Amino acid sequence: MALFKKILIANRGEIACRIIKTARRMGIKTVAVYSDADARALHVEMADEAVNIGPPPAAQSYLDIDRIVDACRRTGAEAVHPGYGFLSERSAFPRALAAAGITFIGPNPEAIDAMGDKIESKRAAAAAGVSTVPGHMGIIADEAEAIAISRKIGYPVMIKASAGGGGKGMRIAYSDGEVSDGFARARSEALSSFGDDRIFIEKFIVDPRHIEIQLLGDKHGNIIYLGERECSIQRRNQKVIEEAPSPLLDAATRKAMGEEAVALARAVGYDSAGTVEFVAGQDRSYFFLEMNTRLQVEHPVTELVTGIDLVEQMIRVAAGEKLSIGQSDVKLKGWAVESRIYAEDPYRNFMPSTGRLVRYRPPAEGAENGATVRNDTGVYEGGEISLYYDPMIAKLCTHAADRSHAIDAMGRALDGFYIEGIRHNVPFLAAIMENPRWRSGELSTGFIAEEFPHGFSGRALDSELVQLLAGVAAALDHTENLRKRHIDGQLRGRPVKFSPRRVVKLADQWISLEVTGDTATQITIHQEGAKPQELRSKWHPGQPVWSGDVNGRPVKLQVQRILNGYRLSHRGASVEAHVYSEREAALARLMPETSRAGSSNRLLCPMPGLVVSIAVKEGQEVKAGEALAVVEAMKMENILRAERDGIVKTVQAKVGDSLAVDAVIMEFA
Amino acid sequence: MQEILEKLEVKRAEARLGGGQKRIDAQHARGKLTARERVELLLDESSFEEFDMFVEHRCTDFGMEKQLFPGDGVITGWGTINGRLVYVFAKDFTVFGGSLSEAHARKITKIQDMALQNRAPIIGLFDAGGARIQEGVSALGGYGEVFQRNVLASGVIPQISVIMGPCAGGDVYSPAMTDFIFMVRDTSYMFVTGPDVVKTVTNETVTAEELGGASVHTTRSSIADKAFDNDVVALLQIRRLMDFLPASNLSGPPQLPALDDSERIEMSLDTLVPANPNQPYDIKELILKTVDEGDFFEIQEAFARNMVTGFGRIEGHTVGFVANQPMVLAGTLDSDAGRKAARFVRFCDCFNIPIVTFVDVPGFLPGTAQEYGGLIKHGAKLLFAYAEATVPKVTLITRKAYGGAYVVMASKHLRGDVNYAWPTAEIAVMGSKGAAEIIYRSELSDPEKIKARVKDYEARFANPFVAAQRGFLDEVIMPHSTRKRIARALNMLRHKKLENPWKKHDNIPL
Repeated sequence: MALFKKILIANRGEIACRIIKTARRMGIKTVAVYSDADARALHVEMADEAVNIGPPPAAQSYLDIDRIVDACRRTGAEAVHPGYGFLSERSAFPRALAAAGITFIGPNPEAIDAMGDKIESKRAAAAAGVSTVPGHMGIIADEAEAIAISRKIGYPVMIKASAGGGGKGMRIAYSDGEVSDGFARARSEALSSFGDDRIFIEKFIVDPRHIEIQLLGDKHGNIIYLGERECSIQRRNQKVIEEAPSPLLDAATRKAMGEEAVALARAVGYDSAGTVEFVAGQDRSYFFLEMNTRLQVEHPVTELVTGIDLVEQMIRVAAGEKLSIGQSDVKLKGWAVESRIYAEDPYRNFMPSTGRLVRYRPPAEGAENGATVRNDTGVYEGGEISLYYDPMIAKLCTHAADRSHAIDAMGRALDGFYIEGIRHNVPFLAAIMENPRWRSGELSTGFIAEEFPHGFSGRALDSELVQLLAGVAAALDHTENLRKRHIDGQLRGRPVKFSPRRVVKLADQWISLEVTGDTATQITIHQEGAKPQELRSKWHPGQPVWSGDVNGRPVKLQVQRILNGYRLSHRGASVEAHVYSEREAALARLMPETSRAGSSNRLLCPMPGLVVSIAVKEGQEVKAGEALAVVEAMKMENILRAERDGIVKTVQAKVGDSLAVDAVIMEFA
Repeated sequence: MQEILEKLEVKRAEARLGGGQKRIDAQHARGKLTARERVELLLDESSFEEFDMFVEHRCTDFGMEKQLFPGDGVITGWGTINGRLVYVFAKDFTVFGGSLSEAHARKITKIQDMALQNRAPIIGLFDAGGARIQEGVSALGGYGEVFQRNVLASGVIPQISVIMGPCAGGDVYSPAMTDFIFMVRDTSYMFVTGPDVVKTVTNETVTAEELGGASVHTTRSSIADKAFDNDVVALLQIRRLMDFLPASNLSGPPQLPALDDSERIEMSLDTLVPANPNQPYDIKELILKTVDEGDFFEIQEAFARNMVTGFGRIEGHTVGFVANQPMVLAGTLDSDAGRKAARFVRFCDCFNIPIVTFVDVPGFLPGTAQEYGGLIKHGAKLLFAYAEATVPKVTLITRKAYGGAYVVMASKHLRGDVNYAWPTAEIAVMGSKGAAEIIYRSELSDPEKIKARVKDYEARFANPFVAAQRGFLDEVIMPHSTRKRIARALNMLRHKKLENPWKKHDNIPL
């Protein structure tokens, strides 16, 4: 059977770009679809053709089946890849496509339906012999029955309201006594909260981990598993870091889980790429969670360790080809880690951030220092992060011989990932790479909540980091000073001299050192009581990433120029550095520490205009540079931004108000 | 013999102590450095050569003859900033509160004369209480001598003032006549009459900070060009500024070798102008992506923010940037923006610094406040400044260039040397809607018809090609190649020679 000549990708962002890449390599033409908000998006640029499918809200564009079918008709696309999210798990979509004679690059709609319902899928899994969480689904009459059931399941158990969601009416019990106590309370709470006092009991998994099996099937009844991924590093059920393989599993467990997953897929007639998700205990017990009948976000880690292009396989099986890979062909090689880069502010409780990507410089892809770097991205420098869609802008993956090398490579790659214009979670990801518990592989889905109980405020500086950052700051300064010697118009016979003795002010520490080196590429830093640091780098002023090696070790860090100094970011730490001569430092120490309160605690309307929107609420905390309100004047929308950090005390203007110059829009506390 | 030599050191040590250790400590307690410490920070290590260290005042009234301090409240001399010659005077607040006596003034004028004669910049560090009242008219005369020299040096050598403490009364007029004034937040203020006099005369209660602090002068009065957090930050930034400035009007701007590729392509500029014509964007992104290394020294960033002015480099050579800022007031020209940019353009022209202008201007700001405030004359200042400037002028229209504001912003008609536009440029008398509504006034009652007329007008004029057909634009360029094209244009213009007709001086609408 011939492959398709042209396919349409019913998605946007990085996944659309990633699918286009594989299709292009296979010689298949591609059609992108886009909403009005995505007219300038990367996937539109990359595809051979692009069709506008409506206004920005997804419901009127990316989720509109009719418009997408119509786009296929207009462009002659023979098949559609749905990516993930949007229409990927709606069986109505493949059905509509089939009616129009277009192939769906994904599983058959019956399999989607079978796995789409949480309870149904659990039943199917149990029937197929897949391990499910032991529990009792029926109605429990009284405490005695609850205790009997709990004993059968084995402690600890979780007592839950049938009708409940979230944590309401939920109790964890470690003994008979706790069951009888918890049962009564859970029941009354369930009644008062949901008007339904039905209760069910299931095994409570302590410190659960999220492990999933990648499957691949064809239309000829062949199904194989491609090993597992661990996705325990999550924040509010949103995966942040994934890896393959899992540090928890051994070969026997991997095989058992894989075979159970295959059995389930076989039971529902699965015929594409899919994923069976499990919750796992620290003792390698595992229980079925759900099956995702689509390509997963984190599929690249599986691709890296298996060497199999999942999108290519999906396209081939959709076209009716038989799988060319058998189970015995699947070999896991090395270790892969994926970090999801989100447009969100880790320092402010991960608030989403939108705006223009003024700078977007991901690290170079390919092999570096024994590791492979892959970056699946859907954005580009100069692009816009809009508020309509998912804030994920890229998936950065590294692949190396073993886990610790893959993690080291990820740390370096994150250090080289430069983004400006929006706030992003790169520092947070980089801090996780340095976290000892992450490095030891002792994970659970509670990892982020436990390791960052008070949120994220940047990685603390240790003495090693201080020495490194101080050394690089001094090297940057030295490079600039070497150049200043070449400014023209100098007095004759008086070459500019800079004392080699420098003092680096790093956050609130003062570090004395001596800098030597006649060229900017080779600089030595001497610090009392420490081994000299040899720095090699081709960095020159204006470059946002300092890349080089320190005592032979490859190092990258981000450099932002600030007044008379630099802001340096490395491995999740971000710090201001000022490099002084000894005399300058002595005088700088005399300066009072000022917290710059700014000139005004009010936001005034800078021009006569109409309030289009107000972006903040009373009591809200705002950061300097954050958009506060939009005022339209001269038919131009002007974004008014916070001049400094603060808390909104009162908002005095409202949308639609016509304001005079200097009218108060809001006041800050 | 040795004893005589040692005597010099003793006398120097005495002079270096200024008003004594107690006053030095008091100065530090106020968060301020002493005059000598400031000079040390400003200049290259051990490059300062002091003049007139032993000068004392000659006043004999009010017991002044008993109070003598070598140096008399001001430290003067010369040194280098990154190897380049500058003259410096620094008021010493520890001696008579830095007040100006006849002898003190003479020390300053000596340095002013040398700076002018030897064609090198002069930097004044102010921290003083005004005239030394005990000297009366002699002190006033001293001020006059200083002022006269400020004026003669204006346009010949750069004159920089840094206000690092009080600066009041007669002291304010010397800075006012220099090219740039910088202030230190919280510790400096400037006014003609202080809060006490204000209270007596107008019964207005006001603090020194409210009357003349850094915030007032950088945001409202525009007296100061920039403010810094403390003495150290300020002085290091003055060093940075001096690397951009020429020694005199004859020397040409300095060159700092840059490794930044002048052919650097910035693809992201292709999406800088938003698809929606009513959405603003930050013109500073264009400046930062055009200059060498993203290094831009902004002048008056807190005042008239609808206009951006400042220094950057291209291929290592200093360039003055003037740009409309669509983020503020939609980038319209108002009185403040006109005054701000006019002064900056004239500074660049004085000192042979090429001017690059980025244009996105929907017109002059309408309204009674503007008209009553003299918009016509203030706008004319910028027009005048551009028209008289003979330095290389490269202009780029990014989006809107409407009406009279189009002409003002370094257009071809004002002897623009190279006038570029992006394909997104719209050069027209006004926005399409307004224009159609005037031309087809009789059809105003029919919204459908007017809509069609607006579309017609847009198709005809909302692009750069009509202006290009007339030769008002030399070339329409791709946004991503902006740096490369501007670098080439400036290179081509490096030996530009253009002279205005001889005149005593022009009569700019002040």
